[in-house]
Amino acid sequence: MPKVTLGGQSHECGDRTVLDTLTAQGVTIPSSCRAGICQTCLMRATKGKVPAQAQQGLKPTQIEQNYFMACACHPEEDLEVALAEDSLPKLPAVVTRITLLNADILGIQLKPMQAFSYRAGQFIKLYKDDAIVRCYSLASVPGLDDELALHIRKVPGGMMTSWLFDHLKVGDQLTISEASGECFYTAGQPAQNLLLIGTGSGLAPLYGIVRDALRSAHTGEIHLYHGSYDAAGLYLVNELRRLAARHANFHYEPCLSADVAAEDYRLGMVLDVALQDHPKLNGWKIFLCGNPDMVNAAKQETFFAGASLREIYADPF
Amino acid sequence: MSLYEEIGGEAAVNAAVDIFYRKVLADDRIKHFFDGVDMARQASKQKAFLTLAFGGPNNYSGADMRRGHAHLVAKGLNDSHFDAVMENLGATLTELNVPGNLIAQAAAIAESTRNDVLGK
Repeated sequence: MPKVTLGGQSHECGDRTVLDTLTAQGVTIPSSCRAGICQTCLMRATKGKVPAQAQQGLKPTQIEQNYFMACACHPEEDLEVALAEDSLPKLPAVVTRITLLNADILGIQLKPMQAFSYRAGQFIKLYKDDAIVRCYSLASVPGLDDELALHIRKVPGGMMTSWLFDHLKVGDQLTISEASGECFYTAGQPAQNLLLIGTGSGLAPLYGIVRDALRSAHTGEIHLYHGSYDAAGLYLVNELRRLAARHANFHYEPCLSADVAAEDYRLGMVLDVALQDHPKLNGWKIFLCGNPDMVNAAKQETFFAGASLREIYADPF
Repeated sequence: MSLYEEIGGEAAVNAAVDIFYRKVLADDRIKHFFDGVDMARQASKQKAFLTLAFGGPNNYSGADMRRGHAHLVAKGLNDSHFDAVMENLGATLTELNVPGNLIAQAAAIAESTRNDVLGK
């Protein structure tokens, strides 16, 4: 008989679902439809294979990370499971490089001190100590970059960023978490068009996703829009222009919302510029990262422009 | 064959959810009820609702439906808003070329939730 293990406790499932098995043991799992539809009871298998039935309707990025619906999961083999939002394992990493990407954004490279697997575009937690923890998206790509890269925007008076900007040195050891998040490129639809819109350090995951897609020989169009108030707020402009020059299907549009004439830049709010260029988004995959107001507006606007909700991936921060 | 199978099962729900939710969010009569809600979470609720209306697998509970809409009733949710949702449901199914007799059956199931949704 298959068993399900949560937090070190194993329970016989019999012919019950994971949800019913755990609930019978007094574990509270949030649930709603109990019919494998609403995804309220989302959990993640850390060991063992989840039946396909329990993953019906999930996004490919969730399936790849072994997420499943507890109410629709009749285990066929032993499973070790975790609540979807449970804390991620920690590990040490060494700072190998620090660069200022622009006046407000610090680029930090880290070398994890143990095996580390991730997808470009996912985020990690960075611990200053037990109390001060922040999430940062990875700008690096496994297989392309040897080390992890973060883009960290200075928050005035922020406890984490003040410490990072003022005191971090090459050679320091930091505590990070394993990678998480579902904002990443999945192979399988190489001809699909991709639209990526970011503001500020929201470029970090997008920079990873774009290079991951190109590395995966993506053939569809890839359009990246990076917005800022003025040119000083952008970064990696030359790198992205060179990347666009090398790949005919990659297009990079730096956008400035300040009312100034600036050559080589698009003028206007980044979301407006992107939607003017691409009013019809049926069948596109959308990645949105950065300012929460922009991200929330962009979710709705790209959805109205025809993108399916299942194809919209967003990381507000 | 059940209504759910005749309409096309889960694939039909997946096809309908984007069209239906887009209509609802664009509908001036009801869109303000969705201000500030998380779209992905809301979409899974819409999917559960469509599955219910299509006669698919569900654990419909009138009590849950009352609890889930009580804060909207407090904001003035009434029959006219429910009618607007019913209209969007019908238009969605018409757009998907679902035959009229099946649309009528789905509408009847959705209609049966009216009193619970409106807390009557």
